[in-house]
Formats: sequence, C-alpha cells, structure tokens
Amino acid sequence: MAQAVVDGRVTVEALRGNARRLRRERAMRGLFFAAASLSVVITAAIILSLAGGAIDFLSKVELSTLWSEGWFPRRNLFDVKTIFAGTLIVSVIAMFVAAPLGLGAALYLSEYAKPRARRSLKPILETLASVPSVVMGFFALRFISPEIVQRFFGSDVPIFNLLSAGIAVGLLVTPLVASVAEDSMHAVPNALREASFGLGARRRATSLHVVAPAAVSGISAAIILGVSRAIGETMIVAIVAGGTGGSLFNLSPLKGGQTMTAAITALATGSDQVRGSGPAYPSLFFVGLLLFLITLGLNLLSERFVRRVRRQY
Amino acid sequence: MRSTRARVSEVTRRDVERALTGRGRTVGETIFTLLLLLTLIVALAVLIVLLFNVARTAIPVLRERGSVIFNNGYSSLPANAGIKQALIGSLYLMVFVAVLAVPLGVGAAIYMEEYARDTKLTRFINTNIRNLAGVPAIVYGILGLAVFVELLKPLTGPGTVEGKSLLAGGLTIALMVLPIIIITTQEALRAVPRSIREGGFGVGATRWEVVRSHVLPSAAPGVLTGSVLAMARALGETAPLIMVGAVTGFLATKGGILEALQQRFTALPTLIFAYVKKPQQDFQDLAAAAILVLIVLIFVVNLAAILLRNRYERRW
Repeated sequence: MAQAVVDGRVTVEALRGNARRLRRERAMRGLFFAAASLSVVITAAIILSLAGGAIDFLSKVELSTLWSEGWFPRRNLFDVKTIFAGTLIVSVIAMFVAAPLGLGAALYLSEYAKPRARRSLKPILETLASVPSVVMGFFALRFISPEIVQRFFGSDVPIFNLLSAGIAVGLLVTPLVASVAEDSMHAVPNALREASFGLGARRRATSLHVVAPAAVSGISAAIILGVSRAIGETMIVAIVAGGTGGSLFNLSPLKGGQTMTAAITALATGSDQVRGSGPAYPSLFFVGLLLFLITLGLNLLSERFVRRVRRQY
Repeated sequence: MRSTRARVSEVTRRDVERALTGRGRTVGETIFTLLLLLTLIVALAVLIVLLFNVARTAIPVLRERGSVIFNNGYSSLPANAGIKQALIGSLYLMVFVAVLAVPLGVGAAIYMEEYARDTKLTRFINTNIRNLAGVPAIVYGILGLAVFVELLKPLTGPGTVEGKSLLAGGLTIALMVLPIIIITTQEALRAVPRSIREGGFGVGATRWEVVRSHVLPSAAPGVLTGSVLAMARALGETAPLIMVGAVTGFLATKGGILEALQQRFTALPTLIFAYVKKPQQDFQDLAAAAILVLIVLIFVVNLAAILLRNRYERRW
C-alpha cells in the first residue's frame, strides 16, 4: 500500500491510490455494468425473436384469414378477433372479481385492521399470490366450474368455459391488486387522516374521501397491473377455457373459447402442435408480439401512475 | 324566516348532540366495515378452499401409494405413474436460478443503485427492468423457444433432443426471474442509509470495497428474501417450460445435473398440466397429489423468505 504521507508531506502521487485496488474497482464496475446491460439485451432479444417470427408469419399467411370465422391454425384460419374476444372476456371477468376484492381487502388492511392483524394477514395474502397458476387452473376445473358456474347457470353450461377461467384468473390476480393498492394507501401520510378525523369525519368518509383520492395513482396502477397480469395469464385458460383445437368467434362467457395465451400454448404443444413451412407455427410469434405490445403499454401506463405516488409523498 | 332558522338550528343541534353523545358508529359505517372485512375474508377463503379441495383428493392418494408416486416417473398407466423425475427437474431449475439469476440480478442491482449516475441511459435501463418484470411468463417462453431451443440448438441439445433440454429450460426460467431479483435487491440496497457508505469511503475504501464490506452485508436479508421468492416463482411457473418443450417423462436422473444439461427434461408444474389434461379420474387424483407436493414445496420456500425477512429486517 502506498504511503500517503512521505516526510510529513502529502504527495499527489500517493493520493492516486493503489493501482491494483483501482484495477479491481474498474473491473467490478465493468462486471456490474454488464449485468445491468443484460436486461436491455433481454428486451432486444424478446423483440427480435417475436418480430422475426411475426414477419415470417405475415409473409406466409393470406391476410384475409386474419378476419374470418374462427381461430383454427390447422385449417389456416387465423381470426385475430376470436382470440382478442376470448382474452377480453376473461380479463373483464377477472377484473370484476379482482378489483372489488383486491381494493376492499387493501382498504381494510390499511385503514381498519389493527397493526398486529395487518402484520399477520398481509403475509397470508402474499402466500396466496404464490399459488402457481397451474394449481389455480386445476381448482377452476375441479371446483369453480362445477360448484359455482354450473350451479348458478345450469348444468347445460359446458365444464370448459370462459367464465370459470375469468373467475379463477381474477382470484389469482386479487392478491397482486390488494398488495399494490395497500402499499399506496399505507403511504398516505397520517396527517391527512388526522385532519379528516379532526373535522369530525368517520372512518368510512376518511377512507373513501381522503385516503382513496390521495392514493388514486397507486390504486390505478394496481388495477392496470391486474389487467396486464390477467391478459398474460396462461395456464388457467389453457386448462379450463376450452380452446384446444381452435375456436369459433364467440362472445358468450358461458361457452368455451380461445385466448391469445392459450392459442400460443396450443400451438407449441398438444393438439394443435404444428411444424413445417406453413403459417401455423410462426403464428405463435405473431400472437406473442401482440400480447407483448399490449402488456408493455399497460405496464408503462401503470409505471407512470406509480411514479406519481412517489413524487407526492 | 325566523321559523326556518329555528328549524335549522334545531336540526343541527340534534345532530351535534347525537354525534357527541353517540359512540361514533352508524349503521352505514358498520355495514361498510363489514363489507370490507368480507372482501378480505373471501380473498383469504379462496386459499383455504383451494387447499382443502386439493388435500381431500391428494392425501388418500399419497397415503395409498405414496411410495410409487415418489419413486416412479411419468407413465401412461396411472397405477405406475409418479412424480420423481419432475420433482428432481424442478429442483434442477431452482439451481439455475440460484447459480445464474441471483448473481446476475444482484450485480445489475448494485450497478443501478451504487454506480450509475442519474443519466438518460440509467433511467432507460431502470424502466426497462421494470417492464421486463411485467412481461407475461409465456413471452419468456417464446424467447426461450426462439433463442435457446432454435438458435442455440447445437449448444443446448444437439441431435434428437432438438434443443429442448434442461439447459434451455433453466436459462429461460433464469431470465424470467432476473427482473424480480434485480428489483427486490434494488429496494434492499436503497434502504441502506447513506451514512453506512460514507463510513467506508471515509477510511479510503473504493466503491467496490464499500459495497462488499458495508452495503451488501446490511442489505443481505432483503437480497436473500428476494432471491428465495424468485425461486418459489421458478418452482411454480409452467407456461415458459411448456414453450421450451418440457416433455413429461424425460429426465436423466442418473449422473446428476451436469449430465442432464443437454438432455430432455420435465418439471413438477408441467407434469401437473399433463395429468390435469387427461380425462381419467386416476390421473386427476394423481394431479392432486402432485399439486399438494408442489404447494407444500412453494409454501415452505415462501415461509422461509417471510421468516428471514422478519428475523433480520432492520429499520434504520
């Protein structure tokens, strides 16, 4: 180690530091930078692989088949509105389940629950978030479809239907919505609540008219993230939505249908598995690209909302 | 005029008196509280009903032929079918996360929090990481299919394996959980107060020395929790594995992970998917048994993460 003080004087040479330590410092910095850049490489790789396959698909497919009566890759029918409709139905149902449940649970945990109850209830909610989607799919098939959907809508509803898939996706997304919303409600400063109580407002008025508006960016972010997750959810719809082998255009949630994600898995495995030079195989990249762009847009939107919370407090 | 004012003051007075003497609870207030409580209970009850529903089928099956299930692999005969290969395959995938994704993720987070200045590039990388965390799992599967299975076929699985190897699956899963690890590590690093770092710089340490000796030890609980949660995620993810061709029933269990790298593979969630899709009741029961094993595994990992956090969490 170089001595910084020579004969009682500090030399510039000595302050420059030990060459070996500086070399190691530069090397570590380079390594860390490489690791951080990897994320950009991954994004680029995702976009390139999706776009490459999508262009391949568009060059092979007859464009009129993109607007036909259904999604049947084997018969070269690639009706985009069929899988859009399936995805839309499942996500809307999912949010009808997840938004009230998630926001209600968040409001309770943040405004009503005692700190001790909150500390034990939140981990349970987070545990629910870790239930794998394939397990939720099994639950949808074995419980939600026969015990809830068929009981309420009659047993002539097929066991594979979009409604069951939507409910299951909603239950899967609920903890995420609750967790993000709760974080933003919890971040609302206590001074606001106290001011409201001081004016004589009760807890309900304080929650709904003070805390909820103050946390509105976080609540919006939670909902958007939930929608984004619901659109990308794969295994539940692959198991219970009933889209194997393709589907006709259908707007009824009580029938089976095909979603974007289920179409991709069906193309990669099982009944629809297709290889060769036709447009069927590359169509999975095309659907993947659409899915990627939709979720990217939603995620950017929610990111913007979240940033607004952070700036405020 | 006078009478209106008298009535107003009469009404106000009554309200004020009621508000002052009452216990602050009204019917509307109570109903609202109960409604909120109900949403929380429903959200939590799902977990209980799900567990009960699975366990009711799974426990008798496991009790009856648990040894067959744990010692056998995939079979088209329900009586011989088990989950051994899938269980080992899932553990192998966790190794990928621990060996590949954790160091890369922690490194990237250290760069973003400790080294990077607030430039346009930094902000772009940060936004990019956040977006990657929101990309659906199945899109990572497509990435794995295009890059690891097709492009890198000679490396990941030459010959009949067609690139659908454990290596391809592990790399795909590692990439998928990378953003989660980066973000949780970033949060842990951000929670370490500046004064800790300044103590290190004050005695002449370089940035890396400060990170290694001061920042990382202080942030370790958070980093560890994030890594463990990422492993739980890797355990349960199915869609990307299906895309890169996890085939039920193929896993070289002899010779350990290194020999298995270029071979075909399977994992617990993909096996569950395969069993669920079969119409026979026997396979449905088997799926329930496999699900119980998977859930227990994931809950144990999650519990470890929560305990770690509660045990070592420090507030500055």
